[in-house]
Amino acid sequence: MPANPFNHFTDYGIGIGLRVPHYDHILAEKPTVDWFEIISENFMCEGGRPLQILDQILEQYRVVQHGVSMYFGSPEKPDREHLRKLKRLVRRTRTPWLSDHLCWGSVDGRYTHDLLPMPYTFAAARVTAQKIRAVRDFLEVPVCVENVSSYAEFHVSEMTEWEFLNEVVERADCGILLDVNNIYVSSRNHNFNPFDYVNGVPAERVAQIHIAGHSKFRKYILDTHDHPVIDPVWKLYERAIQRVGRTATLLEWDDRIPSFDEVHGEALKANRFLQRLENETLKA
Amino acid sequence: MKRSKPERQTRRALHQLQRLMARAVMRPLTRRDRMQVKWIDGRPTEIVVNQFIKPNDRLTSFERLEIYNRQYWFRLRDCFYDDYPGLRAVLGDKPFERLADEYLTKNPSQSYTLRNLGSRLVKFLVANPKLTAPNSELAWDLARLEWAHIEAFDNAAERPLKVGDLSGLDAAKLRLRLQPHLTLLKLEHDVADFLIGIKKQAGLRNEASNAMEQRRHRAGVRTARGLKRRVNFLAVHRYQDGVYYKPLEPGQFILLSALQKGATLEAACARLVRLKLAGDLGATVRQWFANWAALGWFYGLKPSK
Repeated sequence: MPANPFNHFTDYGIGIGLRVPHYDHILAEKPTVDWFEIISENFMCEGGRPLQILDQILEQYRVVQHGVSMYFGSPEKPDREHLRKLKRLVRRTRTPWLSDHLCWGSVDGRYTHDLLPMPYTFAAARVTAQKIRAVRDFLEVPVCVENVSSYAEFHVSEMTEWEFLNEVVERADCGILLDVNNIYVSSRNHNFNPFDYVNGVPAERVAQIHIAGHSKFRKYILDTHDHPVIDPVWKLYERAIQRVGRTATLLEWDDRIPSFDEVHGEALKANRFLQRLENETLKA
Repeated sequence: MKRSKPERQTRRALHQLQRLMARAVMRPLTRRDRMQVKWIDGRPTEIVVNQFIKPNDRLTSFERLEIYNRQYWFRLRDCFYDDYPGLRAVLGDKPFERLADEYLTKNPSQSYTLRNLGSRLVKFLVANPKLTAPNSELAWDLARLEWAHIEAFDNAAERPLKVGDLSGLDAAKLRLRLQPHLTLLKLEHDVADFLIGIKKQAGLRNEASNAMEQRRHRAGVRTARGLKRRVNFLAVHRYQDGVYYKPLEPGQFILLSALQKGATLEAACARLVRLKLAGDLGATVRQWFANWAALGWFYGLKPSK
């Protein structure tokens, strides 16, 4: 896969999310980890332990920022104070790219703190792309948008979710953080073939991949990030890297977090697929 | 750049759809934690939701939106639960949940971070004493202390002044700034040790079974009933990235509060004279300032008016 602005992070390997229960272990044991993903909002503070921990992590590891509250799909302008704080953090971490979700979550200055689904319309794609461009121009760092898991669909939608994603990223000229667990969750909730999604995104724009576990209920699946990755999601991951090549991969585990070694071990399972891909590439 | 009319309409349409959905997502749940079956105007919610959410072969439009409605409240309650363990211990689980729901309904989050969820809680509690009766004043004390803890945890710390930085300056004109992470509290109850105990228990609970959690929680409520009513003063601050509750003498509180409100050093010290402290007032105040400067509580110098 040729290098391009969105898919040249082939040396990033496999990372995990930096989470509070693992701080002491990481700082004391300094385990070998390719990189850590941080939730930007957890470190957009003015001081104290979060930043002190982050600085210690930055001395040892590469860090990539992932946000949960930019709400690219909200037609309201981004909050300037939010952007200024985020930019300060970008300078501190020197993140090579920054990701947030293709969703909305606030309206009229009130925040739901959720990643709410978009209506898949051309008009919404235009509005979203404009906001992504504005944020990227302010932050001066490549931006990637992540597909969310969803539980509802809108009557007004004019296209599939992956067509909407393509429409947005082409208009915004930005990268994709492809969450294969979210694709699986949404495919079960909305009855589509998840491989159609993975096959339908522009491979050259995928800068990062997320993998995670979820919870199954009788009538739907909830994206809970509190279980190991299941086989069907690994199969989607395998297909994704066949298409996009070796790409920065991250395991999300946010609730009922087990030991650092267990989380890291789960993430490293991705290696067998990356290794298989490399073997196939060598043979070819 | 002025947007063209079609683009304005596009934005307005998207905005209206999101406003409608947000309204549904943020509406309070029923007593059984389900979505309300009646909409704000009395129509069945199902009719309203059907207009914009598609059903599927397993869930109705109502049920699909209900997932978001429930998740919204579960997430915010969880956050509130973690931020106010002391208040929860005093009130008990059910009254605390009722309080959280009332507060969050009237004060939805206006910040990108959940960290600020409780920023208007103290004001809300004072305006709604029934929600915390018969322990309202104790609840106010705890809410103030727990918010001060949040502020101390990650607010800014400016480059502190040292005692030497103050020498030779005119006390009549000198205005000191107190660190943004420092909160001064006058409390009616001895809540500091109580909260420290609760936080320690919470730390232990994270590694204990659910059965243990219930037992420990009840122990917390029992202790709260025995809390003494005693006026006391605290400085909640951060030192070397740890949060501390430092007891203050009444004179120290008066002096620091005056400085925090912008009084000159001379004017702030003048307020102490009324207290008629024993011993050498000048030496006492110098010692206080030496301690506070060592803790890094002062920064910058406010320009004199």
